[in-house]
Amino acid sequence: MAEEETEKKEQELEAVKQAIEGREGKAERIEQEEQHIYKQIKSITFSVLSPKMIKKMASAKIVTPELYDKEGYPVDGGLMDIRLGVIDPGLRCKTCGSKLKECIGHFGYIELARPIIHVKFVNIVMTILKCTCRECGRILIPDSKISKTKELLNQIEKESGVEERRQKVKEIIAGLKTVNKCPHCKAKQKKISLEKPTTFLEDEKRISPIEIRARLEKIPDGDCEIFGLKVPHVRPEWMVLTVLPIPPVTTRPSITLESGERSEDDLTHKMGDIVRINQRLFENINAGAPEIIVEDLWDLLQYHVTTFFDNNIAQLPPARHRSGQPLKTLTERIKSKEGRIRHNLAGKRTNFSARTVISPDPMLELFEVGVPFIIATKLTIPERANEWNIQYLKTFVEKGPDKYPGANYIIRPDGKKKKITEETKEASLEELQPGYIIERHLMDGDVAIFNRQPSLHRMSMMCHRVKVLPGKTLRLNPAVCTPYNAYFDGDEMNLHIPQTEEARAEAEILMEVQTQLVSLRYGLSLIGCTQDAISGNYVLTRENSIKREVAIDLISSVGITDFSKLPRKSIVTGKEVFSALLPDDFNYSGHSRLCDRSKEKCDKDSHVVIENGKLVSGVMDRNSLGEESGLMLRNIHQKYGKDYSIDVLGKIFRLGIEYLLRIGFTSALSDTDLPEPAKIKIREDLSTAKKDVDSLIAQFKEGKLETFPGKTKQETLELRILEVLNKARNETGRTVAAHADKRTHTMIMAESGARGNLLNLAQMAACVGQQAMRGKRIEKGFEQRTLSNFRKGDLSPEAHGFISNGFKTGLTPAEFFFGSMTGRDSLMDTALRTPKSGYLYRRLANAMQDLRVEYDNTVRDASQKIIQFEYGEDGVDVSKSENGFINVKRIISAV
Amino acid sequence: MADIISEYEDRLPIKILGEIKNNLPKGISDSKLKKIMEAVYDEYSNAKAHPGESVGLIAAESIGEPGTQMTLNTFHFAGVAEMNVTLGLPRIIEILDGRKELDNPMMEIYLKKPYASGKKVEELRHLALQIKETKLKDISTEFTINIADFTIEVSLDKDKMKEIELTNSKVMDAILKQLKGYNIKDNKDSLVLKARSKEDVFNDAYKTKEKIKGITVKGIKGISQVLPVKREDEFVIITAGSNLADVLQLEEVDAYRTTTNNIFEIEQVLGIEAARQSIINEIFKVIESQGLNVDVRHIMLVADTMCVSGTLKGITRYGVVSDKSSVLARASFETPIKHIINAALVGEVDNLDSVVENVMVNQPVPIGTGLPSLAVKAPQKAKEK
Repeated sequence: MAEEETEKKEQELEAVKQAIEGREGKAERIEQEEQHIYKQIKSITFSVLSPKMIKKMASAKIVTPELYDKEGYPVDGGLMDIRLGVIDPGLRCKTCGSKLKECIGHFGYIELARPIIHVKFVNIVMTILKCTCRECGRILIPDSKISKTKELLNQIEKESGVEERRQKVKEIIAGLKTVNKCPHCKAKQKKISLEKPTTFLEDEKRISPIEIRARLEKIPDGDCEIFGLKVPHVRPEWMVLTVLPIPPVTTRPSITLESGERSEDDLTHKMGDIVRINQRLFENINAGAPEIIVEDLWDLLQYHVTTFFDNNIAQLPPARHRSGQPLKTLTERIKSKEGRIRHNLAGKRTNFSARTVISPDPMLELFEVGVPFIIATKLTIPERANEWNIQYLKTFVEKGPDKYPGANYIIRPDGKKKKITEETKEASLEELQPGYIIERHLMDGDVAIFNRQPSLHRMSMMCHRVKVLPGKTLRLNPAVCTPYNAYFDGDEMNLHIPQTEEARAEAEILMEVQTQLVSLRYGLSLIGCTQDAISGNYVLTRENSIKREVAIDLISSVGITDFSKLPRKSIVTGKEVFSALLPDDFNYSGHSRLCDRSKEKCDKDSHVVIENGKLVSGVMDRNSLGEESGLMLRNIHQKYGKDYSIDVLGKIFRLGIEYLLRIGFTSALSDTDLPEPAKIKIREDLSTAKKDVDSLIAQFKEGKLETFPGKTKQETLELRILEVLNKARNETGRTVAAHADKRTHTMIMAESGARGNLLNLAQMAACVGQQAMRGKRIEKGFEQRTLSNFRKGDLSPEAHGFISNGFKTGLTPAEFFFGSMTGRDSLMDTALRTPKSGYLYRRLANAMQDLRVEYDNTVRDASQKIIQFEYGEDGVDVSKSENGFINVKRIISAV
Repeated sequence: MADIISEYEDRLPIKILGEIKNNLPKGISDSKLKKIMEAVYDEYSNAKAHPGESVGLIAAESIGEPGTQMTLNTFHFAGVAEMNVTLGLPRIIEILDGRKELDNPMMEIYLKKPYASGKKVEELRHLALQIKETKLKDISTEFTINIADFTIEVSLDKDKMKEIELTNSKVMDAILKQLKGYNIKDNKDSLVLKARSKEDVFNDAYKTKEKIKGITVKGIKGISQVLPVKREDEFVIITAGSNLADVLQLEEVDAYRTTTNNIFEIEQVLGIEAARQSIINEIFKVIESQGLNVDVRHIMLVADTMCVSGTLKGITRYGVVSDKSSVLARASFETPIKHIINAALVGEVDNLDSVVENVMVNQPVPIGTGLPSLAVKAPQKAKEK
């Protein structure tokens, strides 16, 4: 059993473990004391409960199926006996003397009238019976080979673990099935078979559990080892139950309904059945009832005990409530996602958390989170009073729970918690002295952990600083949407307040937004400017004449008070305004999105050069600022560290938005207007494409079409048509790009990479293009046609999902239908993908969660097995590298 | 200069050293080089992963998270009908499961110098024919059973045989090799099979008739499609279906570069290290094709966990997870009851040294900041000294 542990922890585990399977364990209990004893669990041993142990750890013998007497008081010797723990307020446990919630419950036991086979051990009992002598109980291996076999098994276990040993045992046992004469006593063996779930047959005759138990008892300890049974932990005969442990009342609390009626737990129901049948069996045996009646009752008892352990056995009808709903017994309690292990042990619930809808606020710093007043007065931080801060803490208590910033509770040094109300305020204030803990309201600058599900990342849970704000939503800077994968379309997020100094320190050092700037997946900036911030900076850095007043207004609104970096001119350029945010000794050279990268310096103002903190040439766009690329940001991070770079990023973000606010920025329908010649050209392109397709179809029908190697004629035709149509659509895209007005805001967004691209524009202005499903044109629908308004066998573009209209002109009904087909298809794809990738992720995480880098730089798992000699072959942490590399070039040029 | 660099040989990875050598400006002074080396070494040691870093979970997150962004699209065409490539999420799942049978097994067969140039089209065609599997049913028009004397007559499609360079005797050899207990007579346009034994001939004849349809008469078993593709300036044969062991036997094949996407086969033929590398390559290929960015180190770690045991193990309850030392960790994944019962039978001890068990019992996990502990010399002991 657990060697040293806190009373409570032991009991929790113990209860679960023992409830799982009646199993042996030293039920040593530390006497409950007033103080908590903090001890560490070193190890947990699993074993099977022996009848002796069951009796020893039990504090009551259960003899009656009755639960309560007329007064509603638990019956002695009943299933709700108060020696098994209490679930009613006011009662005291007879075993430990503690009250409700303090007593963790105690086991009881039932003496079974006849032995019962434990369902969960049926298979192992079966193999043991098959492989041991029915007369002398020895394993059917000659003495000469036994020690050899043991050696072999031990060696396998040493080399490749318990699982491999189990495999080998299986193999050995399989080899014993043909032995029909005991090598020890020469007795002839009979054929044993299992009639599921729990009946054993020997030469088609039933063996009673009494006989089975007798045989198992005969097996010597040494032979058990070969079956993989370690003797002090398990004896074969323990798998046939003679006593049944009764789990504590606290594990199966009853619910009192509104009507005052009591509704018992499923387990209590099941055990009631067991006790009832058991008593009847006793009575019948004692009264000398006929064998048939006894057998019937015995079988019934076997059924009840079996379903008590597992109510989902294929051959048995599940035990049900009166309403017809199956009972949830032990196995169902443990198993699956909603079971004890995954739901309550591996996943925990928490207090001091909040959840609401989120909304954006670019004026917050990236590492801040806006918390509504209502939430801030409910979430608290415990602060311990001492002689230096007591005056300060008293101000909170004075304000009470409703006025912000106040306090909700005070905790006395003995652990007693007192709520502060308007009435008790004065008393609390007087009582307060060093050593008391005050749970004060959340205030600006407090540490909070912010999270959005699904938490696929460590960046899905980051530490933010609280900023208490009016309103009813949680607010965050839109730049941190990327790591959370959040949108403001009604998403909700969670906020947790760490309650101890340790937790706060760890959250601050390890989880703060600053520390998560670089993705640990690929080593580049994860957080960058998005949307308006990009287009704003793009427009600003292209602009050449900004009045100095406007410029000063701009940079002061992003939080810069030192204007000395701005040149002393009445008209400044946008680049100079932008440069005001950069550190003086920063050098960078990169490419913007429009740069063709061929020449050293291109003429289109697209080569980004920053010299000594001045943006000399180039425009700012997604390549330099954006999330998941943001090369300039990555460089700043590398050189100046996380705190500086998050500050600069926040300023750049706000600068973009502020500038857009001043010039006005929108997307208009007229942005998609095309000049007349462009319209004509598009129309012509589309009609020639249509003609081309028609001629292809004609060729196909005449059989003149040249087939591609390895393709049928139809496939060739489809490919050729797709090719022609795609070409036509691309051509219209090019026409739109050539004729579109570069000054329109839609184009600015597309060019800067803030949102949208030329394809989107072309789809709006000219032609949506071919709708494809599974890489082919749309073919589904009716026999030989997609929709009933087309002719059968129609191969033309419009009958197979080519949308020649743009979104602006509007789609024909057929085109709209095809569009919705692909839309639905992609919707299905996402719906099917999420659970699949979720399961993959769970498996990966479960398999690899124990791997860590050791002090000797090797990667090892929990059992100290070496997985890698050096992490990733060079030991480099991806989040500290640049896209997975050490940038040697930069270092060389820097030295 | 060379000795300054070699001084750092055991302190810096070879890759970085090579990069320094390649990027050094010409005629650099020794003192400057020393400075550079020191700076690179500084940066390298700063970038190293700290002890206790939970690299496993990071790798799992780095592969699991982009999984939500991948497509479910299975079909991507590689030129020929029936030749699909599994890409996206399904392929990743396939690789990580450690599956033995793939949805779309494929090979890339590289050829040795004289054949790779593709100048001799005839030779290339010949080779392709040698690789592609031809079954008896592909070259025959009819299978008939003569009930009178229990013989099976296989009518051959002579045109097809000529096309793929097959003769009657070759077909007969192939059948004899794979079918025991039959005699074959050559009737030019057909082959007649007769059982040697006299027992139960009637039933046997029917069974054999079905059996011989699938006999491989030419080519390599399992390879259903062959497609020569020009890659840069050489020809590569891409196949649907995979049989690495047999393909590598061919004389024309460049065994150093030829590969398959069936990782299990690679493990069988080339060993576990090759399998590890191929897991890395295959996962990387999928992630790249989806336009995602995942560092190789994460993929390496996954590949290593799959291969540490010496055999290929999938990330499933039967593979990697079943190897865990902790009972509770195994139980918390899947089939908890089975694990707990088996643990009880052998009296297994859980030493609580991995993550989940400690979460279960509310203790700090032995990873990251939970790893270091404080060692304090008790004052009494100091006195004893």
